[in-house]
Amino acid sequence: MSEGGLIRRSAAELAASIASGELSAVEVTQAHLDRIAEVDGEPESGVHAFLHVDAEGALAAAAEVDAKRSAGAQLGPLAGVPLALKDVITTSDMPTTAGSKILENWQPPYDATITKRLRDAGIVVLGKTNMDEFAMGSSTENSAFGPTRNPWDLSRIPGGSGGGSSAALAAYEAPLAIGTDTGGSIRQPAAVTGTVGVKPTYGGVSRYGIIACASSLDQAGPCARTVLDAALLHSVIAGHDPLDSTSIDQPVPDVVGAARRGADGDLSGLRVGVVKELGGEGYQAGVEARFNDAVAQLSKMGAEVVEVSCPHFSYGLAAYYLILPSEVSSNLARFDAMRFGLRVGDDGTHSAEEVMNLTRGTGFGAEAKRRIMLGTYALSSGYYDAYYGQAQKVRTLIARDFEAAFSQVDVLVSPTTPTTAFPIGEKVDDPLAMYKNDLCTIPSNLAGNASASFPCGLADEDGLPVGLHVMAPVLADDRLYRVGAAIEQAFAGAWGGTLLNQAPELTPTATRAKVIS
Amino acid sequence: MPSISREEVAHLARLARMDLAPDELDHLAGQLDQILGAVTQVAEVAADDIPPTSHPLPVTNVFREDQPRPSLTPQEALAGAPAAEAGKFRVPRILGEEQ
Repeated sequence: MSEGGLIRRSAAELAASIASGELSAVEVTQAHLDRIAEVDGEPESGVHAFLHVDAEGALAAAAEVDAKRSAGAQLGPLAGVPLALKDVITTSDMPTTAGSKILENWQPPYDATITKRLRDAGIVVLGKTNMDEFAMGSSTENSAFGPTRNPWDLSRIPGGSGGGSSAALAAYEAPLAIGTDTGGSIRQPAAVTGTVGVKPTYGGVSRYGIIACASSLDQAGPCARTVLDAALLHSVIAGHDPLDSTSIDQPVPDVVGAARRGADGDLSGLRVGVVKELGGEGYQAGVEARFNDAVAQLSKMGAEVVEVSCPHFSYGLAAYYLILPSEVSSNLARFDAMRFGLRVGDDGTHSAEEVMNLTRGTGFGAEAKRRIMLGTYALSSGYYDAYYGQAQKVRTLIARDFEAAFSQVDVLVSPTTPTTAFPIGEKVDDPLAMYKNDLCTIPSNLAGNASASFPCGLADEDGLPVGLHVMAPVLADDRLYRVGAAIEQAFAGAWGGTLLNQAPELTPTATRAKVIS
Repeated sequence: MPSISREEVAHLARLARMDLAPDELDHLAGQLDQILGAVTQVAEVAADDIPPTSHPLPVTNVFREDQPRPSLTPQEALAGAPAAEAGKFRVPRILGEEQ
């Protein structure tokens, strides 16, 4: 089989071929490394999904899987499959920067629990993906190392903060990726690149070894090109971890079973609520059209569709942009230039505090500074009750909206984002416009319930991907997969497979010889 | 409607231990004003009798047995330090000349 065909196969197919001996894990890994060398390029020209590629480590991990297979060992369901890891997750054998100059070249002394589980499952980590600095942004333009470009149109953003992970999938550089979602950073990039992204229930996947953005909102999850692949990855990384005190000590929902069941295309008995408040003014016509098609399709497959009101969702954005910066200003206080990362001005003439001020002023980018300042303000005496305190009450109201809605329906749906991918540079210095990308995704972070984005077609006006956002109750992550798999199979005929089959061919970049360490 | 002065921004930057250039102070003053103007709407809906939520799921303290277990070695802990000396983090002077 040609390399072009190999990199387009799903993770489940690759794993089956590796298990049967049709392909070796080394062969599969090499094909993806070649693809990265061909299209990833530099920030100015290529996709630039990766900040670091570890060819040697990846090939060694793949060889280990091949050796185990030869020795007759039973392989896991994703053994030998390559993966792109968001650079906010610590790796003991690769630098971890969180997209920040303050952590440039930082080598963590330990693996995150996610990293460990991936390795234990025989998944081959190709490298670390680009992201908005400390996961703050919706476009990956806030990376200190240059933007990532959307494989559908290299002049446009791939979403954020996990734009590196979504672009790696859409560019066929990896069949699997890991993202983290604080306000939509898995789901919005998935929507604008025509890929699948799932934010599990808060506490469903361990946060141990994830560089914290906002601790009460952060949740890591699977990114993939197919719903079944996302489910398989979900079940590898999810589950209780004693090293994370907020990790849920309960069985992981049967997401793989749900994905397989959903592929039957029978949704009879499922009650679906369309959230009235997440649509209308401010939503692109092509986004609404594809969303309406998807809802019609759900009903055609037997689901009972009703309109549901969640009156406080419209306050979610405001509450989020008080709660998140408050937690960020506290979490980023650890970057003090004393124990790790950048240190500026340590020349014998500056005090520790001056070095701290200089380092943080130099090392943080514009958005990180903006949010640290916002959080410092919201938490300062005299303003705490009016801002942070009020925002926490809105959080309660949003959780109650979900509770009321889920007493009537099994899942809620909305578009994932109000628009398709916008041009790089368009919103970079207009924070409020940028923040509105997360309008639909934020409520699930505030309430902690499970949510996902699935491809649902291309907008008529620009031919760019649109995402269907599905929200399920806490610990009902399996419902997302049932709905996602049903939609995927329903549209597969029209799309000729996944939506990505409609994407233009990427041509090898001018800077072909990407340096692979 | 909040209104944030350049001096207030400079004060916040000091609290956050972050040196900002003069043009950054000007730029941020305008942006913070705009963002805070947009988020004050949280005050419209949240009545006094609504309890605050600090965490999405009910959580309680999680304890483990107080047993020794492997941790980072001093070498590992110092490996990423900007400066280390004699098995410790080396930091710039903490006290000022007058102290």
